[in-house]
Amino acid sequence: MSKYNLDYLDELEAEAIHILREVAGQFEKPALLFSGGKDSITLVRLAEKAFRPGKFPFPLVHIDTGHNFEETITYRDKMIERIGEKLIVGSVQDSIDQGKVVEQKGKNASRNSLQTVTLLDTIAAHGFDACIGGARRDEEKARAKERIFSVRDEFGQWDPKRQRPELWNIYNGKIHKGENVRVFPISNWTELDVWNYIRRENIELPSIYFAHERDVITRNGQLMAASPFLNMDEEDIVEHKKVRFRTVGDMSCTAAVESDADQLEDIIAEISASKISERGARMDDKVSEAAMEDRKKGGYF
Amino acid sequence: MNLLKFFTAGSVDDGKSTLIGRLLYDTDSILADQLEALQQSNRKNDDGSIDLAILTDGLRAEREQGITIDVAYKYFQTEKRKFIIADTPGHIQYTRNMITGASTAKLAIILIDARNGVIEQTIRHSYLVSLLGIEHVVVCLNKMDMVDFSEEVFNTITDRYKTLAADLSLKDVTFIPISALKGDNVVNESEHMPWYKGQSLLHFLENVDVETGPDYNLARMPVQWVVRPQTDELHDYRGYAGRVLSGSFNVNDKVTVLPSGTSSVIERIEIFDQTPSEVHAGQSVTLHLKDNIDISRGDVLVNSDHLPQNSQLIEADVCWMDKRPLDESITYLLQHNSKVTKCKVREIIHKVDINTLEKQEAYDFKLNDIGRIVIKTADALAFDFYTDNKANGAAILIDSRTNLTVAALMFRAIAD
Repeated sequence: MSKYNLDYLDELEAEAIHILREVAGQFEKPALLFSGGKDSITLVRLAEKAFRPGKFPFPLVHIDTGHNFEETITYRDKMIERIGEKLIVGSVQDSIDQGKVVEQKGKNASRNSLQTVTLLDTIAAHGFDACIGGARRDEEKARAKERIFSVRDEFGQWDPKRQRPELWNIYNGKIHKGENVRVFPISNWTELDVWNYIRRENIELPSIYFAHERDVITRNGQLMAASPFLNMDEEDIVEHKKVRFRTVGDMSCTAAVESDADQLEDIIAEISASKISERGARMDDKVSEAAMEDRKKGGYF
Repeated sequence: MNLLKFFTAGSVDDGKSTLIGRLLYDTDSILADQLEALQQSNRKNDDGSIDLAILTDGLRAEREQGITIDVAYKYFQTEKRKFIIADTPGHIQYTRNMITGASTAKLAIILIDARNGVIEQTIRHSYLVSLLGIEHVVVCLNKMDMVDFSEEVFNTITDRYKTLAADLSLKDVTFIPISALKGDNVVNESEHMPWYKGQSLLHFLENVDVETGPDYNLARMPVQWVVRPQTDELHDYRGYAGRVLSGSFNVNDKVTVLPSGTSSVIERIEIFDQTPSEVHAGQSVTLHLKDNIDISRGDVLVNSDHLPQNSQLIEADVCWMDKRPLDESITYLLQHNSKVTKCKVREIIHKVDINTLEKQEAYDFKLNDIGRIVIKTADALAFDFYTDNKANGAAILIDSRTNLTVAALMFRAIAD
């Protein structure tokens, strides 16, 4: 009898599709959190594989900080048109205008932490009971311990000490009213797996992932895109460099890396050889060793 | 390239986190910024070298207490294989976390401190490996540097373990003498133990055969979702979406829908835009049947010539995972793949002292207790015995008061 074995990308894909279908089957009102980054773009592809030729059993939700890369928004709108699914936008600017959050001051001001409030308000306003996200366990060590179905209380908080055991491939999505579950179908993927999958599936990405010329400044050892959203002063020297971004977030907290990789192949080669993890290019994780754990407890993605 | 999930059983004292750190470090899987964070951390080994254990201790409480509380997943790859490590805590109060990490693993690494040999904890971990039916076991005798890399120590401990392995019916057991701290036989072969002729741990992990042949007898697919576009051009489209749990399905196979017992024939198999003629365990697929029959989430499609067990009264091994003890007076929810049904515990048969493996009479079941019970479900379950087919032989219990997962069940027999 010939032996049979799945290639690792097929296995990761099959697992993610299984998880997405569990969400569809177990929840009344799920949503897919879409950031415009490669991980959530991968989730959209996986959702197509899970539910086509039917419609997605959930809308896409974008938490818009108002400080996005223009390329991300262009990409998002084009993609929504192509897939024909519903998009809900939660606006951080609205949360600021309503006085629910206060814009940070100072040089390192960012809207990244304000997103949590907008996210929780959007979840509450639409009554979402499950939010699918593109977080991966290889990103960060608090994430390495989070379940695939991660229960949040009505304040959106993650309690690492009260995690449910997650056994075999059986996912318990039972919750009380007001609680919701964050679901991470690509928990077991690494950054390189995502890139290899994007190549295999021929998935289009926002252009900022590829090397391009841009005005940047160096701050805390990181290259930041010069933009009206960054509080700059005379100490900041604007340089013109060829860069690309490894993650896509708020312009004020996503750092670029110098790169000539303008093709997918080059990016994969660069990442395979790279010695900096991708969250290393996120200012928001630099605050303390437990930065991510604290933000997750507070309701962050 | 394929994927191997394994888990590590042992405690911090046995050097478990150091071993995982060593695997990651010596395979170049630690990135520069993570290494920098490590070097800046206050924790160092006695000789001033980096404490590799910090790599796996993720939560603040764990770092403060220097122990592993929860399962951490780590990823690395070599040219031959991709690996997922479930780093599970070893202390008895975290037995449930170990079971969580072990439930999806195909291989277990059991760590023994060469100075101590087979201890109570080794027996407990090995029992859990046998209970969960983990296919491959690697026993790593760690801290060989502390016993002068002695062949005699190695032989004494392996002889003792072989007796235990036979008692527990462990199938494939391999012994490797290592020093996680110094790196001997973890990734690179040791220069200190010329008497050891086997592979290093990593070479073993890269080469162990974890492939399975197609098995039509066990063809099972729980339906997760029915795809019904209901558009003009796809008016009659009705696809049953799910992940093949075990075995293989072919186009034209006769299949039975359980629990209803209705039969039909597979007309077409889809994986998105592909239409393969056969699919196997692990694949997420959409099946189309020739007949229009009533099928919904929670039903399971099986090969009609090889039906699973079908019963409401089942004898199961159980690991209790909740602070609230088992309560025979209340109704739990039982989740078996995509099926959820009400369930009561009819009888507690025995409890196992997992340090001595003695079966004891039991009247209660508390956190981390393991033993055998009889359950009665509201709907009949289409299941296999765990020994025959793990994927269709396990379930969880949910307490509907708290919605917590309170127990892991492994089906062992039909009860009368």
